[in-house]
This record gives sequence, structure tokens and C-alpha cells, in this order.
Amino acid sequence: MKYLDEFSDPDLAAKLFDQIHATVTRPWALMEVCGGQTHSIIRHGIDQLLPEGLEMIHGPGCPVCVTPLETIDRALAIARRPEVIFCSFGDMLRVPGSSDDLFTVKSEGGDVRVVYSPLDALQIAVDNLDAEVVFFGIGFETTAPANAMTVLEARRRAIPNFSLLVSHVRVPPAIAAIMESPSCRVQGFLAAGHVCSVMGTGEYPALAARYGVPIVVTGFEPLDILEGIRRTVLQLESGRAEVENAYQRAVPDAGNPTAIAVLRQVFEVTDRAWRGIGMIPESGWRLASAYADLDAELRFAVTGIRTAESPLCRSGEVLQGLIKPHECPAFGKECTPRHPLGATMVSSEGACAAYHAYRRLELVEVS
Amino acid sequence: MSEELDFEGWSCPLPLRNTPTVVMGHGGGGAMSAELVESLFLPAYGGAARAELGDSAVLPRPAGRLAFSTDSYVVKPMFFPGGCIGDLAVNGTVNDLAMSGAQPLYLSTAFVIAEGTAMADLARVATAMGKAAEQAGVQLVTGDTKVVDHGSGDGIYVNTAGIGVVPDGLHIGPDRAWPGDVVIVSGDLGVHGVAVMSRREGLEFDTTIESDTAPLHGLVADVLATGAEVHVLRDPTRGGLAATLNEVAAASQVGIVVRERDLPIPADVRDACGLLGLDPLQVANEGKVVAVVPQDDADGVLDAMRRHPAGRGAQAIGTCVAEHQCTVVLRTGLGATRVLDLPIGEQLPRIC
Repeated sequence: MKYLDEFSDPDLAAKLFDQIHATVTRPWALMEVCGGQTHSIIRHGIDQLLPEGLEMIHGPGCPVCVTPLETIDRALAIARRPEVIFCSFGDMLRVPGSSDDLFTVKSEGGDVRVVYSPLDALQIAVDNLDAEVVFFGIGFETTAPANAMTVLEARRRAIPNFSLLVSHVRVPPAIAAIMESPSCRVQGFLAAGHVCSVMGTGEYPALAARYGVPIVVTGFEPLDILEGIRRTVLQLESGRAEVENAYQRAVPDAGNPTAIAVLRQVFEVTDRAWRGIGMIPESGWRLASAYADLDAELRFAVTGIRTAESPLCRSGEVLQGLIKPHECPAFGKECTPRHPLGATMVSSEGACAAYHAYRRLELVEVS
Repeated sequence: MSEELDFEGWSCPLPLRNTPTVVMGHGGGGAMSAELVESLFLPAYGGAARAELGDSAVLPRPAGRLAFSTDSYVVKPMFFPGGCIGDLAVNGTVNDLAMSGAQPLYLSTAFVIAEGTAMADLARVATAMGKAAEQAGVQLVTGDTKVVDHGSGDGIYVNTAGIGVVPDGLHIGPDRAWPGDVVIVSGDLGVHGVAVMSRREGLEFDTTIESDTAPLHGLVADVLATGAEVHVLRDPTRGGLAATLNEVAAASQVGIVVRERDLPIPADVRDACGLLGLDPLQVANEGKVVAVVPQDDADGVLDAMRRHPAGRGAQAIGTCVAEHQCTVVLRTGLGATRVLDLPIGEQLPRIC
């Protein structure tokens, strides 16, 4: 893989830090939408080197964190069925449901498998025609097209024992919901580069105009993030609220038209409850009715789901940027990566997990 | 690293050729078990085997103190680029002994085999063990084989226990690091874990990376021969460098500061980890040693390592400090600071 080291170059990073310091004249609060960006910021310590008063608020762009509890509980119930091989991205295995997680189901004898691609799950279905193979289709616009393609492939090959449990989410309605919140402090957004590489930048000018916030499409390596921050504060300092693309090497303004077409063919927009946040109108994708026969939710009747979040967990406020992870009283005490109360402490993109992994020392020293 | 062995045309001497797979009887302790030892294990082990077939091996008592270690190997897949469960099981226990400064002498080998495992696979694993033992200069002195029902196990599991001898006066342990000591690694990090993962079902990806599985006691002997006052030696296997350094920091009650810029992580490993969402510092190594030595000895140790084939990529990567006891801190490439944490459990590939 080329072009990775170049985007971590410490000398170039130092120059961007200098430019940001020279630009900023007053406090600003920026939100990086994507959990991958959150981890990059914390892992490289970027926020430690920003001007005082320039705050990074960590956004809700962690797909496993916002997958509704009811969906997790449904997944656990389906994965427990003896005829089911339940396939999931690895991240989901430790995400707590109301009572346990997919790891527990696996340890109790459920056939739960980590796959890296939905097509691998489809192959497992082909290889195990006596079993029902269910793929847990979660994630933002990044994972949705590959899942959509798998649906088309399953249909084309008439594979009878494959279905998807779908809980996809969309970024732009989440940005709108954050800005509509009365307690919102966000003054500018780093938009998630990988989402935009699929969907393009077309959904953002209306948001920038309606809420008067700059939105800068940003990548994930340190220099990408610094350039995103630099451009956002430059706009804020000069009173602009525009959409800029600071990740042009991956994001064409039109996105990936093929992926968008597949996505729109297989999925339809729906209201979606985000874990810890609540219902956000038109913020999800579900299987279109033409593909209902591949919908695991319909194929496996699960009744009696009674969701119960931990009363201590404040991940919803973390996901909305209202508190920092360590400001939750349970952080590092009742809630740790080994015993997570909420999904944000589990995922490799969850803000609480990032703070716990990388920031424990100074948080302990400070408190 | 084992040579590629050709088992395409492998056929077992009588009477095993009539059973192309392992069956329950091979673990029953009767004639079939004896045949398996005679016809498969002993020929495969070659010169590394001590062919006394009593219930226990009776061994001469060496001078010095004994080091004793055991480890079980369940790696999946059994065969991976650069090695297999067989050489891994020999090198792993040899290295556990070497980390206390011991000269490894004797190993036991115990197998738990799932019924239905291909006899050719078992032969391939056993041959790799014999070869690795010969390379490491250790003898395979006693062994055991059990077969479990189809479905109760998965392929071949191997346990090796080993005995080595530590010279009098040599004291190396994870609790002996001191503030001011230099932390050295003997070469590229994360190689073994990435090689295994590249062949794991559902994760297959193309890479030229091969496991670094190798015996390290020769390298350790060269380091000790410099006269350096070696405080700690650890092989950063499961949990990778991150787990090893956290264990040393906790056992020695010191802080450790690691410089990200000095970490030897090959581009292939970094790319594969980037793709899979893994931290190369938490990925297993099977042919690397972490040494903690006084600052005055660091250059000599580095030179000795770099002269040895298993230590050519040796680097000083950090220092022990009196501050933040029991915590490992990473100075990032950008100049910030973060905690380098213990991995929690199994590393999970991320979603996007």
C-alpha cells in the first residue's frame, strides 16, 4: 500500500500544526464525524498538539456503537438458533446486548463466525446448504454497497439459505440531528472521507448552508486530519461555511456512482433509532421490499425482545459530543474494555475505547 | 524457517499406509499407537529423537540450575507461510527457555489429534518438529499421542515442555528492569501474526510475509557473551510487543517510554494491520527477543544481535523510567504521547 507513510510525515505535520496555530485567534469546537478519525486523532496525539481552545468533539460515526440495542438482541437470538451460522464483522462480537454478546453465544455453542467480507458469508452459505447463514449487515454508507452487492449476488445465484440482518445508517441525517440539538456546540465538521468516497459530497452543501457550518471532507492519516482541521478553522476565522474536499485523492465529488446505484437498488431509506441517541428520521437503510425474502428479520421470528441499557452508561452523550468519554462517571471504573457497559467502550472506533486505550495515563494524573 | 517439504507423494511405511487418516485407535495405547511412534514419529524426528520408549526419559543431570517450561500450540491454520505448528512448538519452548538465559537441552512432545486428520499432515508436522529440534540442538526425549473424536478437536494440537540449564550466577527475569535501562528488540515486529492471519479462513489475503519462527538461544548466547548485564529477556509472542512491555513494566515497577519512530515495523506488516484494523504492536512474534539492558551495555548488545542472523534488524526502541510506574507510554511520530495498552483479548478485525 503506497501513500500511507507520506501522510504521517512528522516534518510536514509540524508545518500544518504551525499553520493551524497561526490561523486560530479564538476558541472553536470541531466535530470529526467518523470513529476512525477519532482513533487516529487520539492514537497520534493530534489533539494534544492543537492550539488551546481548539476542541475536537468526537462524533457518532462508529457503526457498531450506534447499532440499536434491539438489533443486537435480535442478532443474539438468531445466532443462538441451532440451524444458524451467524456471520459478522469482528467488531460486533464484543458489543453488549441487553444481557450478553456474540462472544458469549459463540462460547455457548452458537456458530458465530468472523468474516471480512459479506461475500465470504455468502460462500459459507454455499458450502453449508443444510444451515441457515445470516450476515449481520451494519455500518454506514461505506459497508452498505458491498452488502447490497452480496444481496444481488445471492439473488442471482438463487442461494436459498442466506439472509441479512440489516441495520445500516446514513451520515448526513446524523449531522442534521446534531445541529438541531439544543445543546449542540459544534461549529464545524470534518466529514468522513470513506463515506464520501462512496456517496460523494453532494449531500453536504445544503447542510452547510442551513446550519452555517463549514464541512470539510477529511481522510484518516495524520496529515489528512491536520489538513481538514486547518481548512475548517480557516473558514471559521474568515466567517465562511462551505463544503470543501480535503481528501481528493480518495473522494471524487460525485462519489462512486456504481456503488450508489447498487445501494439504491437494494436498500431504501428508513427512520432508524441510533443506540444512545434515539430515532433520527431517514437516517437508515433497510432492505427494499423486492428483497424481503433475504431479510433475516422476517425469516426468523424473534419475539419478546426487552431491551435494557445499563443505567450507568452515558454513551449517547458521548456519541453526540456532549461529554468527553472520561467525563462519564463509569469510565474506567464500572465500564472498561473488558467489561463494557456501552458499545463505545468496545469498538475499535468507539470514543470511550480510544480514551481508555491511549489516554488513561494523563486522565489518571489529571483526576 | 522451514524449507518447503514435499508430501505430495508421501506414503507411510507399513502398516500406516492403510490408514490415510488418524483414527481413534492411534491414541489407544495399543498396537496402532506403537506403530504410529515407530513408523511416523521416530522417522520424522530423525536424529533429534532419543529412542528410549520407556514411560519416562532418564536424563543426565547437567551442571547449573534447571529451567523448565511448557507451552501448548493450537495455531490455526496448522500450516502458514514460513512454518507450521510443528516448528512453532519446538521453537516456542526453546525460546521460553532461552529467555531465562538457559541453554535448551530436552523437549517432550505431546499431541492431541482430531480423528480424521490426514496422516500426511501429521507426518509433515512431526518432520518439521524433528528438523527444528535438530537446528536448535535439542533432543526430543519423550512424547504422547491422544486422539479425540471427530468434532471434539480441530486438526492437531501440540504441547511441548522443555528443560534447559542456566549457568550459575546468571539471573534474568521480567522483574529486573531498572529506570535508565534501554529496551531493545531484535528485529521486525508483527511478522508471525500477520503471516498466520493471511491464511486464516475468511481473512485470506496475499502477502509475501513469512512467519519469523526461529530458535533464539543462539542469539541470546551471543548477547550474554558480550558480558552485558542483561536484566530482562522476553519473546513478545501472544499480545505482541505491547503485552510484553506492559508485563515488564508491571513486574519491575518501572515506566517504559517507547519511541514510535524507532520501532522496526515492515511496511507489509503495517499495511496488513492497517487493512485489518490491528495494531502491529499487539501482533504476535515468534522469532524476536526484547532485551532490557543497562545503558552502558546497549551498544554492545545491539552489535551482538545485529551480527546474528536472527537479530539483524535489532533496534533500541525505548527506555525504562522511574515515572508512571507499570505503564508503557508511546511517543508518537508527531511528538505527542499516548499509553501503549495491553491488548484485551483476541484481536478483532474492524468493520471499516
